[in-house]
Amino acid sequence: MLMSAHTVAARFEIPYRACLDADGNPIGPLPSFAQDAQLLRDMYRMMVRARAFDAKAVNLQRTGKLGTYPSCLGQEATHVGVGAAMDPEDVLFTVYREIGTKFWRGVDMYRILLYWGGDERGTLYERCPQDFPFCVPIGSQMPQAAGAALAMQIRGERRCALAFVGDGGTSQGAFYEAINFAGARSLPLVCVIVNNRWAISVPVERQTAAQTLAQKAIAAGIPALQIDGNDVLVVRETVGEALERARSGGGPSVIEALTYRIADHTTSDDASRYRTSEEVQEAWAREPVVRLGRYLRARRLWDDAAEETLKRECSDEIEAAVRRYLATPKQSTDAMFDYLMAEPPASLQLQREQARRYAATRG
Amino acid sequence: MAKITMVEAINMAHAWEMEHDPSVVVLGEDVGINGGVFRATVGLQQRFGATRVQDTPLAEGLIAGTAIGLAAQGIRPVAEIQFMGFIYPALDQIASHMARLRNRTRGRLTCPLVLRMPHGGGIHAPEHHSESLEALLCHHPGLRVVCPSSPARAYGLLLAAIRDPDPVIFLEPVRLYRFIRQDVEDDGRALPIDSCFVLREGSDVTIVTWGAMTVETLKAAEQIAAEGVSCEVIDVASLAPIDFETILDSVVKTGRLLIVHEAPRNCAVGAEIAATVSEQALYDLLGPIRRVTGYDTVMPLYRLEYDYIPSPARIVDGIRSTLAE
Repeated sequence: MLMSAHTVAARFEIPYRACLDADGNPIGPLPSFAQDAQLLRDMYRMMVRARAFDAKAVNLQRTGKLGTYPSCLGQEATHVGVGAAMDPEDVLFTVYREIGTKFWRGVDMYRILLYWGGDERGTLYERCPQDFPFCVPIGSQMPQAAGAALAMQIRGERRCALAFVGDGGTSQGAFYEAINFAGARSLPLVCVIVNNRWAISVPVERQTAAQTLAQKAIAAGIPALQIDGNDVLVVRETVGEALERARSGGGPSVIEALTYRIADHTTSDDASRYRTSEEVQEAWAREPVVRLGRYLRARRLWDDAAEETLKRECSDEIEAAVRRYLATPKQSTDAMFDYLMAEPPASLQLQREQARRYAATRG
Repeated sequence: MAKITMVEAINMAHAWEMEHDPSVVVLGEDVGINGGVFRATVGLQQRFGATRVQDTPLAEGLIAGTAIGLAAQGIRPVAEIQFMGFIYPALDQIASHMARLRNRTRGRLTCPLVLRMPHGGGIHAPEHHSESLEALLCHHPGLRVVCPSSPARAYGLLLAAIRDPDPVIFLEPVRLYRFIRQDVEDDGRALPIDSCFVLREGSDVTIVTWGAMTVETLKAAEQIAAEGVSCEVIDVASLAPIDFETILDSVVKTGRLLIVHEAPRNCAVGAEIAATVSEQALYDLLGPIRRVTGYDTVMPLYRLEYDYIPSPARIVDGIRSTLAE
């Protein structure tokens, strides 16, 4: 009997990295920035700030003062860790939950409220003017991030594009097209897959038979690894290394951050229809904010007084942002026409006047 | 001044703008060493290098999305989609992002880019290589859609498209690529975008058309001139936004309107022109607006393509039908 010869054409593995366990105890040696008490406290403050804002936003939606809102509850370490790893000159492409990253990059809470409150001015990012706004069509930000990375490569700049994508987003062709291109051209692109286990009601096991989402990058020839996305130290460390490699011409990376969407998909969703409360309770035991707080307290870098001060500061900042948001009048109807093109076509003049006229009759 | 074809004029416009604007970057499938399947970008990679003329992976959505990222970062991308029949995977990027980026960021991020693609049939190409899908794009506010009908207009309008501060879809009629040669001066002068071109002046009937159909339309106008019918032929050229002023002025003068296009009739650009003229010039019309278009069928394989594409004979009959009442 004839048999074909068998050898191994290629062999791959996906490393997994974590710094802290679920109780905030170091698992092994920590990255050198863990000596920087100020950075650790800043990351903790930003995670608390994101969580407090998030709770307020959900509350505003429930009381009819905000539109549909997608909570980031439970994913703060991934979002803040990425923000802390990026340089201001890098360019950020998000999905729609990553307020921790946006806050770190200087986006005001007021802008986030305006956006989810139905006002395009919520995308005016004064301190990171090249960052893209939230991207609702899933996965479609990925080719744009590759394009920004290509622009940086063409100009020989030491900058990087960073793109978030969700677990569901890795099922989109656009995700694969972008990482494939990034690999083929060694583009300065870092992709962070936020695997929060749920794409609305579909768990990650129903998205793919792949053991990890990170391994999808292997098909693109890109280094890939999986990390504990609820551990801000490993997020900051891993993403920082990937960004530095990309800025130095070392090419793209894909990092899968394992976390959990503790909240409903959005305020329009009811997750109790498709997942058990036991599963959510387990996720609370691994959530990121308490974990970092325990680590900081164990190192005497944080205490009750600091926590009280932080909570008061967050509350004041949020209340001020909410007041400003609620006091902001809606745009005039001209705004629908003003930004369509550099010079709106003459044929739109009649429609512009019609919109003005009917707006006036609405009072 | 050289007599050149439309595809050579398109190549010349690329080269002029790349020479004078270092931010212009060409990308697409096979645009590099191969110079594009129609040779529109031939020689550009050799002249300007592989950084400025980039072959992309075979993924139309990626090409469109990459162009958006480049444009937002200050590069001026001129991207090629190999055939318009392959535009569908790029539609999410075009409609959800390219057309909207300026608006959704209140002008903070913009998208000045050109997405070029061969348009229409008539060259005996395989399935999916002969579509006229301009209506898909014209429906999206925020886009310009331009379709030249001669070497000189291809040169001038492509320069205008590359210099435009907003995204421009540039449709290149395949059967005009090498149809005629024309004197085109390589002087870097753009033609006005958002404007019609009057190709033939007349007094009895206004015929509006664009792209390759200008050829059949001008033939029909010439034929019927022998019967004493004077046709005014307008090349719409910019399909979004449309220069209705020129069209309406002509209709007011002639009192009759025939619309000719290769795309299927249903919900097409011609329907928008007919509706707008009805709204704004009904009492100047002496008879009903007529349309001669592709049929509302799938674009056939090539043995039947010239039975699908409106012929001069069909257009002549269309002209007669506008004169019947």
